[in-house]
Amino acid sequence: MSRTKGDEEEYWNSSKFKAFTFDDEDDELSQLKESKRAVNSLRDFVDDDEDDDDLDRVTWSGEPVGSISWTIKETAGNSGSSHEGREQKNRNSFSYGQLPKPTSTYSLSSFFKGRTRLGSIQSLSDALSDTSAKSYAPELGRPKGEHRDYSNDWSLHDTVRRLRKGKVCSLERFRSLQDKLQLLEEAVNMHDGNVITAVLIFLKRTLSKEILFRELEVRQVALRHLIHFLKEIGDQKLLLDLFRFLDRTEELALSHYREHLNIQDPEKRKEFLKTCIGLPFSAEDSAHIQDHYTLLERQIIIEAIDRQLESAGQTEIFRKHPRKASILNMPLVTTLFYSCFYHYTEAEGTFSSPVNLKKTFKIPDKQYVLTALAARAKLRSWHDVDALFTTKNWLGYTKKRAPIGFHRVVEILHKNSAPVQVLQEYVNLVEDVDTKLNLATKFKCHDVVIDTCRDLKDRQQLVAYRSKVDKGSAEEEKIDVILSSSQIRWKN
Amino acid sequence: MAFPHRPDAPELPDFSMLKRLARDQLIYLLEQLPGKKDLFIEADLMSPLDRIASVSILKQHEVDKLYKVESKPVLSSSEQLCFLVRPRIKNMRYIANLVNTDKLAGRTRKYKVIFSPQKFYACEMVLEEEGIYGDVSCDEWAFSLLPLDVDLLSMELPEFFRDYFLEGDQRWINTVAHALHLLSTLYGSFPNCYGLGRCAKMSHELWRTLEEEEDGETKGRKAEIGHIFFLDRDMDFVTALCSQVVYEGLVDDTFRIKCGSVDFGPEVMSSDRSLKVLLNAEDKVFNEIRNEHFSNVFGFLSQKARNLQAQYDRRRGMDIKQMKNFVSQELKGLKQEHRLLSLHIGACESIMKKKTKQDFQELIKTEHALLEGFNIRESTSYIEEHIDRQVSPIESLRLMCLLSITENGLIPKDYRSLKTQYLQSYGPEHLLTFSNLRRAGLLTEQAPGDALTAMESKVSKLVTDKAAGKITDAFSSLAKRSNFRAISKKLNLIPRVDGEYDLKVPRDMAYVFSGAYVPLSCRIIEQVLERRSWQGLDEVVRLLTCSEFAFTDITKEDKASSESLRLILVVFLGGCTFSELSALRFLGREKGYRFIFLTTAMTNSARLMEAMSE
Repeated sequence: MSRTKGDEEEYWNSSKFKAFTFDDEDDELSQLKESKRAVNSLRDFVDDDEDDDDLDRVTWSGEPVGSISWTIKETAGNSGSSHEGREQKNRNSFSYGQLPKPTSTYSLSSFFKGRTRLGSIQSLSDALSDTSAKSYAPELGRPKGEHRDYSNDWSLHDTVRRLRKGKVCSLERFRSLQDKLQLLEEAVNMHDGNVITAVLIFLKRTLSKEILFRELEVRQVALRHLIHFLKEIGDQKLLLDLFRFLDRTEELALSHYREHLNIQDPEKRKEFLKTCIGLPFSAEDSAHIQDHYTLLERQIIIEAIDRQLESAGQTEIFRKHPRKASILNMPLVTTLFYSCFYHYTEAEGTFSSPVNLKKTFKIPDKQYVLTALAARAKLRSWHDVDALFTTKNWLGYTKKRAPIGFHRVVEILHKNSAPVQVLQEYVNLVEDVDTKLNLATKFKCHDVVIDTCRDLKDRQQLVAYRSKVDKGSAEEEKIDVILSSSQIRWKN
Repeated sequence: MAFPHRPDAPELPDFSMLKRLARDQLIYLLEQLPGKKDLFIEADLMSPLDRIASVSILKQHEVDKLYKVESKPVLSSSEQLCFLVRPRIKNMRYIANLVNTDKLAGRTRKYKVIFSPQKFYACEMVLEEEGIYGDVSCDEWAFSLLPLDVDLLSMELPEFFRDYFLEGDQRWINTVAHALHLLSTLYGSFPNCYGLGRCAKMSHELWRTLEEEEDGETKGRKAEIGHIFFLDRDMDFVTALCSQVVYEGLVDDTFRIKCGSVDFGPEVMSSDRSLKVLLNAEDKVFNEIRNEHFSNVFGFLSQKARNLQAQYDRRRGMDIKQMKNFVSQELKGLKQEHRLLSLHIGACESIMKKKTKQDFQELIKTEHALLEGFNIRESTSYIEEHIDRQVSPIESLRLMCLLSITENGLIPKDYRSLKTQYLQSYGPEHLLTFSNLRRAGLLTEQAPGDALTAMESKVSKLVTDKAAGKITDAFSSLAKRSNFRAISKKLNLIPRVDGEYDLKVPRDMAYVFSGAYVPLSCRIIEQVLERRSWQGLDEVVRLLTCSEFAFTDITKEDKASSESLRLILVVFLGGCTFSELSALRFLGREKGYRFIFLTTAMTNSARLMEAMSE
C-alpha cells in the first residue's frame, strides 16, 4: 500500500497523531485546565442551563421509532436516508444551537479531552520495541522538559500507574527475572486486571514458557488472568500446556472437550469426541463423555436412515408427521422421544429402537415412561399408552402401574388433548381422593367427579357440581338419579 | 400502598448530568473524525446509547449510516468508518477482518475504534497482531454510568459477573473505580465507606488511589452522599436465585427488563403489535406498584381504574365552559393515565397466565422449603421431575443451585444423579456448565468433614489448584461452604410468623419474598448502617468466609451534613435484583434514608445461570 505525499500529509494531519504534536501542547494544557474548572463549576452550569428540554427529548419516550436501535435495523434496506438525515438536522439545529459548542472553552466535552488523549496512545508493544524514532504523547500537565524520558526512568510504581491510566510506558527495561516479577507483583497489588494482563503479555513474550508457568504457579491472581487471557484470544495450545504443567488434569480435559462446540460437521465432531474419551476426566465425567460419543454415533446412523426413509416417501409415519429438525446433537431425552415417536415398535436389535436406547444409556424407568408417554400421547396412540402402564402378574391378571404417579400421567395426557374417555380412566387410577377429585373437576371428567362424590357420600359437593354440568345432559340426569336415590346415606 | 417517604428524607442528587456528560464526550469523539462517516455499533451498546443520544444527534455530527457490529459482510461505502464497541477480542477480529479485506482490495479508508467504557491492552495486542495497528485510531468513551432511574445507576456490564466471579479477571475494577471517582467529582466524596467481599475491597482501594492522585478535584466539595457500601454478589447468591414476586422483579423475570425498558408483546397489548415501554419513576402508575408484592397489584390497579372512571364520568352534566376546561386541562392527564393503566393491567394478566401454566405456586413452595431447610428430599425430587420433563434448563439449574447453596452443597449421591439426568435432558455439553458452577461455588458437592477452622479456610483460599496435591482439592471445595443455614439463623432471615404475614402492610424486608425470607444482602447493609461498623457481626462475616474483606473506612469530616448522612450509595459488584432494590427502598422509608444504587448490571436468577452456561 503506497501513499502519495499528499495522502501522507492528510493522514498525519487528521489522524490521532495530530493530537500529539508538541505545538499543540500548550493549547491543550490550557484547555484541560479550563475543563477542570468547567467540571468544578458544572453543577451550577448544568442547573442554570435552560437547555433541559433538549435533554428531555433525548430521554426515551418509549417510542422505538427513530431510536438508534431502530435505525440500525433500517440501515440494511434503506440507503437513501441521507436526505432524511439532512432534514432532521435542519429541524434540530435550532434547539441544538443552544448547546455549548464542544470546542468552546467551557464545553463539557473538552473536560474529557485529557482522558481521550490518554486513550489514543501507542500500543504497549510499540512502546516496548523502539522508543526514540517516533514522537509520543506528551505527558499532560508536565513541563516540556520532562517529555524526553517516558521510556526508562519511571519507577516500578509509576510504570504500573501509567499503565493503569492507559499511558504509554516501556516495559523493555524490565529484563531480569526479578524485575519482571516485581513488575507483576506491583500490577497485582494495584488490582487492575487490565494492567495485570498487560504485564502478562509482556512476560509471555519475554520469558520461556517453563519459567513463566513456574512463576505463575505460586501467583494465583496473575495465573487466573493468564488463563482467562489465553481462553479469550483462543491460544488453546498454550492453555493446554499450562494446565499440563500445573497438573490440572481435569481442567485440561474439559478445556480440550470444549473445542467440540466449534466443530459443526457431525462426523468430524464424532471423531473429535472419540479423542476425548481417554482424557483424564473424573470417573463420573468419563462416563458422560463416553455417552456423548455413543449418542452422536447413534444419531448419525439414525439420521442417515431416516432422512432416506423420509425422502423416499414410503413410510407412513414420516409422511404423516414430517420431521421438523434433524436429530443430530440433540440431548438424549429428545432422542428417546424421537425414537418413541418414529421407531416405537422396532425390535431391540436396531439402534433406533427406544428399548435399545434405554439399555445403552441406562435410562431410568421413570424417565423412559415419561418420555414414551409424551411421544405416544402426541401421536394419540392410546393403545400404546395403555400398554405402557399395564403389567401382568404371574397369574395372568393385569394391573395398571405408573412409576411416575398417575396424576402426572393425566396431566401429560391432557396436554396432548386426550379425549375424556381416556383421561378419566387414568384419573380414576389416582390414589389420593382429593387429588383425584381436583383433577377430575379440572379436566371435566364428569363421571369420575360424580362417582367419587357418591362414594364419599358428599351430597353437598354433588349438588354444587350439578350446576356446573350442562342443562339436560346425561351427567345432570345421572346426578339427579343419585341424589334421589334412597340407598345412599349421605354424610351431609 | 406506595408509602411516601418520611418528610425528613433527603433529596436525591440529580443524575441526569451523567447522561449529558456521556453524550458530550461521545460528540467530542465523533468530531475527532471530521467529515461523513458510517458508525458501527455493538449490539450491547445500542440500548445504553439510545438512552443518552438520538439518531439526530449522531447525524448532526456527520454520522451517515448506522450499522450493527455482527458477523455479516460490510456493505458500507463510506470513506470513514467508526466503530463503537465494548473492548472484546471478537470485536477486534471483526474490525481486523474488515480492514484487511480493504487492504487486499487496495482500498484506503479511515478507521476509528471507540472503546466503551475503556480499552484493554489485550485488544490492542490483537490489533497489532493482525497488522492493523496504526491503520485504526483508538479512543475511549468513558461512558460507565447510565442513570436508569432517579435512584439507579447501571454500568451495563453484565459480563462483569462472569469475568470476575468465574474467571477471576479483575479487568473491570478500574472501570468501577473510575465511575466512583466521577461520582465523587460531581457529588462530593463519600465520608463513610463500608464493604464486604474481595472485589469490594479492591474496588475501594483503587478508587481511593484515584482520589489521592487527583486530590484537587474533589477537595472542598461538600459531600452530598454520606455513605457508600460495596457488596460482592457472591456474598449472597441466594437472594439473586429466588423467584421474584414484587411487581418490577416479576416483570423482569417474565419479560426481561433491558436497560430500563421492556418489550411488551402482543399478549400484553392485546393487539398484534409490541411496544417498548420505559419503566421508571416517571411512569406514575408503575411507580406506585413497582415495589409492591404482586398480590397487591391487582387490587391497586382496579381501584385506580375505578377512580379514573369516576373522573371521566364527571364530564356528564358539565356546561360548555366546564367541559372546555376539562378537555384542555385534565383530559390529557387522564388519557395518559388510562394508557399506563391498561398497559400494566395487560402485563399483570399476561404474568398471571404464564405463572399459572408453570405451576408457580408449587415452585414458590419448593423455594420456601429450601430457604427454611425442611423437606429437602421432597424438594430434590421436585427438581428431579423438572429435569426429567425437560422444563426450561435455566429453571432446573437455578433450583439445583439454590438447593446447593442453602444446603452447603448437594450430597454426592444426589449431585451425581441430578447431574446425569440434567445432561440427559438438556445435552451432554452442559458438563462444562457444571464445571463452571462448581468453580463459582454455585453448585457443589458436599465434602465429608466438619466445619472449617479459620486456618483451614485461609489455606484453602491461598491454594485453590490441584498442583499442591490432594489436600488442596478437599480444601477448595470446602472453601466454598456457604453456611447459609447458620447465617440465616444468626441474622434472623426467616421471620417467625404468627398467623398470616400481611403483604399489604409489610413489617420488614421479607415482604419482597412473600414474608418468607429477608434478603441476606439487604440485611447485612441494614445491620452495618445501624452500627456504622462491622462490630458485633464478626460471626456472620466469619461464616461468610470473608473476614479479610469486611472493611470500614470513615473519614472524619465535619462537612457532612445530617442530610447527606441519610443518603446511601450501595454498589453491587456483579449485579443486583429488582427485589433487592425494593427491599432497600422499603428500609429507606422505614428509617428515613434514601438509597442510591450503583450496579454493574441489573440481574436475576436467569441471567446468573445464563452467564454460567456454555
